[in-house]
Amino acid sequence: MMKKILAKAYIWLIIILLYSPLVFIAVFSFTESRVLGNWTGFSLRLYENLFSGGMQGAGSLLSAVENTLLIAVAAATVSTALGTIAAIGVHNMKGKLKNTIQFMNGIPMINPDVITGVSLFLLFVFLHFSQGYLTVILAHITFCTPYVVLSVLPKLSQMNPNIYEAALDLGATPAQALRKVMIPQLKPGMVSGFILAFTMSLDDFAVTFFTRGTIGLDTLSTYIYTDARKGGLTPELRPLMTLIFFIILILLVVINVRQPKQSKSIKG
Amino acid sequence: MIKRSSWALPYLIFMIFFVALPLVLILVYAFQDGSGNFSFENVLRFFSDSDAIATFALSLEVAIENTVLCILIGYPAAWILANKKYNRSAVTIILFILPMWINALMRTLATAELFNVLGIRLGKGTLLFGMVYDYLPFMIYPIYNVLNKMDKSFAEAAEDLGANPFQVFWKVTVPLSMPGVRSGILMVFMPTVSTFAISEFLTNGKIKLFGTIIQENINSSMWNYGAALSLIMLMIIGLTTLISGDSGKAAAGGAAI
Repeated sequence: MMKKILAKAYIWLIIILLYSPLVFIAVFSFTESRVLGNWTGFSLRLYENLFSGGMQGAGSLLSAVENTLLIAVAAATVSTALGTIAAIGVHNMKGKLKNTIQFMNGIPMINPDVITGVSLFLLFVFLHFSQGYLTVILAHITFCTPYVVLSVLPKLSQMNPNIYEAALDLGATPAQALRKVMIPQLKPGMVSGFILAFTMSLDDFAVTFFTRGTIGLDTLSTYIYTDARKGGLTPELRPLMTLIFFIILILLVVINVRQPKQSKSIKG
Repeated sequence: MIKRSSWALPYLIFMIFFVALPLVLILVYAFQDGSGNFSFENVLRFFSDSDAIATFALSLEVAIENTVLCILIGYPAAWILANKKYNRSAVTIILFILPMWINALMRTLATAELFNVLGIRLGKGTLLFGMVYDYLPFMIYPIYNVLNKMDKSFAEAAEDLGANPFQVFWKVTVPLSMPGVRSGILMVFMPTVSTFAISEFLTNGKIKLFGTIIQENINSSMWNYGAALSLIMLMIIGLTTLISGDSGKAAAGGAAI
């Protein structure tokens, strides 16, 4: 009994410590004060400002959020397609080439963000490729696709290899067999790959930082970085962080409640 | 009909362009001087630059300290979470995964702001504290995953054969959970050793880590020196990966929900 209380206390102590900065930000998102930690009464003013864009040096915060989502959707979609097709290829491969591809697939996952960022920056400089949305999306695809490949591969080995052949024998074209037979079987792996790719892209700072060029393209991360270096956070970031926190909390709860029904499909 | 093994070709070509070529370019730029001639100038410059070496040593030190702290704090937490006797709720587990999904810069800034308001002076202490905050979930989750999937009959067998709980833990549970610890180490050590921005925020710009120096050089168009520094970091990463064995899959397994 004593042990159990100690164990629980330990867990909750860590949780409280982990969450205190986030809770702190969330609490102070409900007051007007521009200085953090200074409570001037309950107010939803910062939330209003955030959505109406009525804030100092503003507008750009909402467009940064838009860019972040746009880039994440684009990168995750392309990565899922590219990664799934690659996984099917790798699964049907043998020998050295298979090992080479799997080795290369591991590189972006192991490489620190700074290295991925710098190396892609050098690539775009070398090719005289002007940097902007396209380069950021390409860079995100580079570090997202490996996760898709690794999410889809286990589903392929669980699959009965004969059903694709059976579909072909029964007169399906390869495209039909892919769409009607393979993809439904691989879907759980593709979904978890997509989710992983999406969150990796949302979270990224370093790679975006090096590949966004000088056209003033900002994602949430780069916006926060610039903002914090100017000294002090824009107060409207507080409600934004609070909202993101709750959206992710709800998403995770939903995914985890659904999970048992889908036979653990989202586990990597 | 095209063979299905050729379906990997587009991705292979993509990787040659966006994974292999960029790394080769780091090498090329690292061994060039400003006008494009082959030279050892940049690499030699690092070894004669005492500031850069000090920063490099500090980065390694912080990364090792952070990793050790994360294991010390995280392992017991993962063990308790995976133990049915102590934890049956999925909510606590979600609470531990959740921070992994929130932008690291955002969490770091929140932490730094909290330190500021509490009047704690920013410096090496806050840097370590903040890093543990940021990376602890990445240590707990892979260990929890391995412990959770572990075959409980090993521990029971050890118990039946007369091992006391302490022995069961050290001789059975810990060795079986090493794959989780290894991927935890990778997921904590690698990002910490290369981090930039985070260290500046947590120390108010007082402490720079290696990643920051790379970034400053690249941003001020010192591409060749920046590439040389990147090359040195790449070697550290390669070394860590070699030591910790087959890591790609382990790291990915840890990152999944």
